[in-house]
Amino acid sequence: MRHDHLITSKQLSRGDIETVLDYAAEVDADPSALADRHAGTLLGLLFFEPSTRTKMSFETAMKRLGGGIVDMGSVESSSVKKGETLADTVQVIEGYADALVLRHPKQGAATMASEFVDVPLLNAGDGAGHHPTQTMLDLYTIRENAGLDDLTIGIMGDLKYGRTVHSLAYALTNFDTQQHFISPESLQLPREVVYDLHQQQDGAGIKEHDALEEVLPSLDVLYVTRIQRERFPDENEYQKVAGEYQIDAETLEAASDDLTVMHPLPRVDEIAPEIDETDHAAYFEQAHNGVPVRMALLDLLLSDDKSIEGGSDE
Amino acid sequence: MSNDHDHHDGNDDHELRVSKIRDGTVIDHVHGGQALNVLAILGIDGTEGEEVSVGMNVPSDRLARKDIVKVEGRELSQDEVDVLSLIAPDATINIVRDYDVVEKHRVESPDVVEGVLSCPNAGCITTGDEPVTSRFSVLEDGVRCSYCETIIREEIAELIDT
Ligand SMILES: [Zn+2]
Repeated sequence: MRHDHLITSKQLSRGDIETVLDYAAEVDADPSALADRHAGTLLGLLFFEPSTRTKMSFETAMKRLGGGIVDMGSVESSSVKKGETLADTVQVIEGYADALVLRHPKQGAATMASEFVDVPLLNAGDGAGHHPTQTMLDLYTIRENAGLDDLTIGIMGDLKYGRTVHSLAYALTNFDTQQHFISPESLQLPREVVYDLHQQQDGAGIKEHDALEEVLPSLDVLYVTRIQRERFPDENEYQKVAGEYQIDAETLEAASDDLTVMHPLPRVDEIAPEIDETDHAAYFEQAHNGVPVRMALLDLLLSDDKSIEGGSDE
Repeated sequence: MSNDHDHHDGNDDHELRVSKIRDGTVIDHVHGGQALNVLAILGIDGTEGEEVSVGMNVPSDRLARKDIVKVEGRELSQDEVDVLSLIAPDATINIVRDYDVVEKHRVESPDVVEGVLSCPNAGCITTGDEPVTSRFSVLEDGVRCSYCETIIREEIAELIDT
């Protein structure tokens, strides 16, 4: 099937993912080759939640494709503040732009919005739901560093609210991967996500832990996310767990020399700066990969002659 | 209902508690205590003048205690019956014409229910003021919001949008 919208990583087959990643690699090798490809095309940016990084990365990607952007601006300065529904907003901006990027605090916002528009809509994060373009750049980075099959990955931190984590976990079930989820008990993966992962894979590839030591030596990739202080009802509870999920050079002594450390950024104190200089660190590379990956995705969604339909295994 | 031969709990003295109907639908073998939810899910609240009889916690062979709902003058559609399966999975539906049961069937789970339940997740886009109809896919042991993907396994009746 051809996808007109990109809402969740669940909708993507292995073939779809490979199509995007292969194309992103081509784009990465020579970004200027696409400089005029979408001249005159406008991308609508609807960010109902602040996100400098994702927004700038989409903006850069669109401009590198020769197009432009129209930006709703901050929620405070827009008609949303006057009580306009999301359904109305997307239908208005659809009249201005050739594709829409939506970030919204409510779960399911992108699914609903996509039912009201005909132009391609890309979900750039919906509450604790999904963040598929982040997943694509994560997968791209993992493939470059460790490959996607025969992979053992540890995903650590706030797994409960982390939409990047949920999206990534779904996508990885398309590959031969062992996924280890490491978190404090209160921030474990939502049961819904565990249910889905078991549906998609037989469950053998998924394990949950509360300590990194249990699995660190076996990992090819360690994907770290931020444990957010504001998620804890009281500061003591936060202090009890926070330290256990931070990594520094000493922590990594038990890891394989080939371990790749990733993080969707921004980080606070989850990864000590001393790791930046080591071969383990891939998080800045990961952030840079956002542009070629989003260029590839936008081009696939905006072009008549291309589409995300690797589909060989569908 | 005296020709109802595969069980005996709808007859005789129990029958007195819930009067016979001439034309309409009898929803039998509803789990004890769910009768009012059955009416809610069907959108029947009596304001349209519907003639409804409800028996609650009547002794039953199949279920220790069951509820029974009789709606005069109305034959339930298959869609309505399907939605009932969410809260009354063992229900039997009897369509009555001129005091005779002319059709009898069990409820079957639909794949999707729309506009019937509201999502309990406060972070779900459907809980705001958006012009969107709730939609849940039906799982083997619960329902799942098609928007935020929350799975609800228990207390589905409390989500009935009335
Ligand atoms: Zn919902």
